[in-house]
Amino acid sequence: MNESMVPTRPADAAPTRPADAAPTRPALRIATAGSVDDGKSTLIGRLLHDTTTVFEDQLQAVVKASRRYGDGETNLALLTDGLRAEREQGITIDVAHRYFATPARSFIVADTPGHAQYTRNMVTGASTSDVAIVLVDARYGVVDQTRRHSLIATMLGVEAIIVAVNKMDLVEWDEGVYLNISKEVHSFVDSLPHPVPVHSIPMSALLGDNVVDGSAHTPWYDGVPLLTFLESFEPTDDTLPGARLHVQRVIRPQGGEHADFRGYAGVVAAGTLTVGEPIKVLPSGRSSKVAALHRWGKPVQEAHPGHAIVVELADDVDVARGDVLVAGDAVQPPEVAEDIVADVCWMIDQPLLVGTRHWFKHGTRTGYATVTAIEHRYDLVSLEHQPTDELVLNDIGRVHLRLSEPIVADVYRHHAEGGRLILIDAATNTTAGAAMISAIAAWSPEI
Amino acid sequence: MSTLEIVSAAHLDELTDEAITIIREVATECENPVLLFSGGKDSAVLLHLAALAFAPARLPFPVMHVDTGHNFAEVIEYRDRLVADWNVRLVVASVQESIDKGRGVEDAGTRASRNRLQSVTLLDAIAEHGFDAAFGGGRRDEDKARAKERILSFRDRQGRWDPRAQRPEPWALLNPRIRKGEHLRAFPLSNWTELDIWQYIARHEVPLPTIYFSHTRTVVERDGMLLAVGGPVVLEAGEQPFAEVVRYRTVGDASCTGAVRSDASTLDHILAETAAARITERGATRADDTFSESAMEDRKREGYF
Repeated sequence: MNESMVPTRPADAAPTRPADAAPTRPALRIATAGSVDDGKSTLIGRLLHDTTTVFEDQLQAVVKASRRYGDGETNLALLTDGLRAEREQGITIDVAHRYFATPARSFIVADTPGHAQYTRNMVTGASTSDVAIVLVDARYGVVDQTRRHSLIATMLGVEAIIVAVNKMDLVEWDEGVYLNISKEVHSFVDSLPHPVPVHSIPMSALLGDNVVDGSAHTPWYDGVPLLTFLESFEPTDDTLPGARLHVQRVIRPQGGEHADFRGYAGVVAAGTLTVGEPIKVLPSGRSSKVAALHRWGKPVQEAHPGHAIVVELADDVDVARGDVLVAGDAVQPPEVAEDIVADVCWMIDQPLLVGTRHWFKHGTRTGYATVTAIEHRYDLVSLEHQPTDELVLNDIGRVHLRLSEPIVADVYRHHAEGGRLILIDAATNTTAGAAMISAIAAWSPEI
Repeated sequence: MSTLEIVSAAHLDELTDEAITIIREVATECENPVLLFSGGKDSAVLLHLAALAFAPARLPFPVMHVDTGHNFAEVIEYRDRLVADWNVRLVVASVQESIDKGRGVEDAGTRASRNRLQSVTLLDAIAEHGFDAAFGGGRRDEDKARAKERILSFRDRQGRWDPRAQRPEPWALLNPRIRKGEHLRAFPLSNWTELDIWQYIARHEVPLPTIYFSHTRTVVERDGMLLAVGGPVVLEAGEQPFAEVVRYRTVGDASCTGAVRSDASTLDHILAETAAARITERGATRADDTFSESAMEDRKREGYF
């Protein structure tokens, strides 16, 4: 391997983490965000390289490509910019997923695009992430994309924002520059509707300072490098008391030794489901008990959030795909609703208008959603609510929806799995919007 | 310490639940799915997960092998045994038939590969059987074009992948809606790495073709790759076959899949070797992906797996 082609700090900066590391916890999911050219892809390339996750042939390919594109040094961003158009234009267009592990844990990174025109991909990347790393170019300070991405990340529910003040080498490692940027992001995030803890780090992704290893250039910084922070970060267990499960499929072998078997397949969305526990089927409201649980084809006594299971019920009640099984003791039970208010990120060219009808998918329930009102669009920089009668591509706004089928809903802030839905364009079938429920109108079943 | 303990059981649990959930969702929303099975380790894991997903019911869809005709005998034997043991319906789509029908023209020369032709055969079979979703064992860590691919990858009526127009996939809410003639590729193993695959194989004792384990084979070295002699590989002038202790890290078309020198004959040994590997499995074993930086992206656009 031509290690010398990769820019690195001298002497003490040798990679130290073996590939056969031993993580013992679930993976931490990270989204990177920030403006164009802030160095997101370079940062991920640096993380992969310094944790020795990059294979020799990948690095060789990047070394060769860097020469071809005329980059002076090996461009670690080429490790993640996987599409031809991205390499040619030197930008990230689409979300790339990357995986690395250290002795502490595994990481899944969604490298998201910085261009405003790809905001929808930022939303996608942040939707499943525990933390967001927002990069800021030390030379230019906080820009619109910093604010926009911080807002989107907190709306989608990341638990912390890491401000990576990058390219510190280009501002002579000036502590004042770092402090100003850090302060500005802190006060902006504190002003958001859903503030989260902010942690800032001065770094140079290009040279590797404060990414995996510390830096000799920032004696004034008493925090840890980025990777150390990520290794020690503990997402909170956002488990609601009272399990729920969106039924994906009815499992009926219809023959052989399991001829009478009838099970309901799905993922536990919250809480713990236990054999013998009373449950309610929503929206019908019928009651039963958990007779048996199976995970991966084997019987289990209890199931936890994320487990893909099959539930057998004690009674012969009517349960179909789209129904939700809710544990009888749910402290904050979901509500059955046909009218909801949601913050919608719009993802297609055709605008969202009052009166338009789209497919929706919530849990395992599909139906039509009609837009009955648009309250406002968020100015993603000033946070102002702007009155509007449409949402265009990459807008986020508050929308009232009437659904053709009742859903078993939660407010997104209380329980994300029960509070999220996608909207699908009825003409093209493409995914058109991501919606987070902010309010649920009371519903009573027709008699 | 067992090698199984060196990576996170919690992470493998999550990946397993995620894959089962994806398989169930696509199988339930789509009308006529199929599982693409090459006999390689990824498709073995995929088939195993699919069986768990619907237990105790049978697999509710068939399995399809796109047969290049350039097979390792051990892999075909393994395929047929598995299909019989698990009682699944097998569809074989033959590249040779595509060539005979004039649907594709075979490359000429000693380095001819049928890898690209597989796309034609695959798309023809999908159209012929009316499959609306095809499960594949692709993983995002395999290649940087794959790293950009969605869990559900939309294909137009010509079977093409347009990386610029991929459906956003917020949360885990999959959108499998398509129009007639279009289809989906579903990748339940998207978030898995090669090491995760081996961990799963060890934990669940997933049977594999014997060529994944160390054995002695007559090979020839070409462009740094060890190719098996005796099958479709044609010797070039000056090439000297020799016996070598090898195993395979991937299973593909025998004409372009290389073996690696290895004495790893047990799962524990393979796990240790995989954890310490410094070269990607495609880089080490696939002549077709080292042609250009965009080789995978270009093939995928044409309908490749």
